[in-house]
Amino acid sequence: MNNFIKIKNLYKIFGNNTTEALNLVKTGLSKEKLLEKTNCVLGLNNINLNIPKGKIHVIMGLSGSGKSTLIRHLNRLIEPTFGEITIDGVNVLELNNKDLLEYRQKNMSMVFQKFALFPHKTILENISYGLMVQNISEQIYKEKSQFWLKRVGLEGYDNYYPNQLSGGMQQRVGLARALATDAEILLMDEAFSALDPLIRAEMQDVLIDLQLELKKTIVFITHDLDEALKIGERISILRDGFVVQDDNPQNIILNPSDDYVSDFIKDINRSRVIKAKSIMTKSVSISKENVPIIDSEMVLEEVLQEITKTKNYFVLVKDKKDKIIGRITLNELLTGIQRPRKEIKKYA
Amino acid sequence: MEWLTKFPEMDRSGLREFKKTVDNAFTSFSRNYGEGIENFFDPLLSFLVAFEKLFLNTPWPITIFAILLICWLASRSIIIIAGTFLSFLLIGYFGMWEDTMSTLAIILVATLLCICIGIPIGIAMARSNKVQALILPILDVMQTIPSFVYLIPVVMLLGIGKVPGLIAVCIYAIPPIVRLTNLGIRLVDKDVLEAAESFGANYWQKLFGIQIPLALPTIFAGVNQTIMMALAMVVIASMIGVQGLGLPVLRAISNQYLALGLMNGLAIVVLAIIFDRVTQRIGKRMQRYKSD
Repeated sequence: MNNFIKIKNLYKIFGNNTTEALNLVKTGLSKEKLLEKTNCVLGLNNINLNIPKGKIHVIMGLSGSGKSTLIRHLNRLIEPTFGEITIDGVNVLELNNKDLLEYRQKNMSMVFQKFALFPHKTILENISYGLMVQNISEQIYKEKSQFWLKRVGLEGYDNYYPNQLSGGMQQRVGLARALATDAEILLMDEAFSALDPLIRAEMQDVLIDLQLELKKTIVFITHDLDEALKIGERISILRDGFVVQDDNPQNIILNPSDDYVSDFIKDINRSRVIKAKSIMTKSVSISKENVPIIDSEMVLEEVLQEITKTKNYFVLVKDKKDKIIGRITLNELLTGIQRPRKEIKKYA
Repeated sequence: MEWLTKFPEMDRSGLREFKKTVDNAFTSFSRNYGEGIENFFDPLLSFLVAFEKLFLNTPWPITIFAILLICWLASRSIIIIAGTFLSFLLIGYFGMWEDTMSTLAIILVATLLCICIGIPIGIAMARSNKVQALILPILDVMQTIPSFVYLIPVVMLLGIGKVPGLIAVCIYAIPPIVRLTNLGIRLVDKDVLEAAESFGANYWQKLFGIQIPLALPTIFAGVNQTIMMALAMVVIASMIGVQGLGLPVLRAISNQYLALGLMNGLAIVVLAIIFDRVTQRIGKRMQRYKSD
């Protein structure tokens, strides 16, 4: 199930006469030139993405890079100008109105940046909403909503109204509302961006915890690299509606594809993000006397603590099965922590 | 240079012909269809008459009690209840009970009519910009045209009586509820609506589950304005045969009876204040979810 969600040649152009604009974009016209020439705004530019099942896939970019537009194509809150979206073998763009409603009810739910709770409904009614629109019997949806209310840690808040809750609690409700429908796909549009840093970290942990158990396919949008690295199993970086790099987090940091991506990652604390396995020299035949052995998932900061304990200034790396798979010298470690100065191709 | 100082106007006989043609056309229209239109409005007339009878025939203590009960259920405010009680006692004591009941009946029927017609129109306007562009100028005309002007065709069609009076009141009073329904629905937070959509809510689920409930306080401000404007129309409506507090005011104007005019005028004011405070309270109570 590596290609659970398949996006192929997706374009979105806002404005009048999009067919003409689309042809211009396909010939390689830039976003600014297009706006100047046709008064159309290029939202998404030839997006090709495969999103695997059961993973958290982060889509990252600055504001205006088209990430919110992209996520809204998955449930067709925005219609594309051109392209293909297949989810679990279903061509989403060919669904008629009735099937689309049912598809949204059963297969995907969404969490919003500004929470978008229904202010006139109680917390329990908010959580029930996705089930209520499916005309499920009251007894069943109340039971399910109660379960999720407890699961996100808001037991007893059933009859409160959203504005009586703090931001973090409101987003817990938003999360519970999305989870209550048991949809396979969870779309999270900058879900934690409006929260303060402590609450944000807390919510990230809530999400990671839930994901361990639920194994949903989560498409998570953020402009915050730390957040992307913390929760993302794969990260796609968008710029001006185009995917500039789609890779696993370690590769994004170690091999940024262009200046734009390296700008993004330049302020990151590398020693806390890069893992031992990413910088080690692969080798098996090393004597292991008096040399610390570390786990391959360890971050460099921890490796540094271990390496200073040894006179030889190197450590051995073992995998999950306790097999030695490589080693890291102090020199390699420091190079890994250092920001790379290698020449990178200029971005257009 | 005469063309500069004198406007090049239509010649007199032409103008007379033009007016005559319009008048004749409408006269023949009302002769041919007047009765049919009158019959069409018959159910409305019997509804209004029944309502008026109910108000007039119920013993006054029961009426006052019912009014106070409704005020309490709607506003939950002791001050409003006390004020209402005192006002109705004074109105009765000064001999305006029957006129007040007639006015109350026509105001309530007119308001109900405006709500039933106005809210769906407002919803249609909120749904489509084209419908809004079509209706807005009509509302502008209804609000600004001097009421006497549309009294003429209404009276020509339906004669003097309760129904033409009711129609005149409705024409004058319906614009606010249409406008504010439209506005209220358009002001509903786009994010919230998008959330409903993302869960697969259909058009009606969005309308009745999200848009109307969230627009309700605004819609209710429209109901409040509609009632106020209907009350403002009672004097003019009395000119074409509507019973109630307007009639003595009209008599007072033509005969320079200061006290009579003042008393009935103040009774209208008192009704207006009671309606206003009660409906405003309802509007506020609808927004309870906004308070902490």
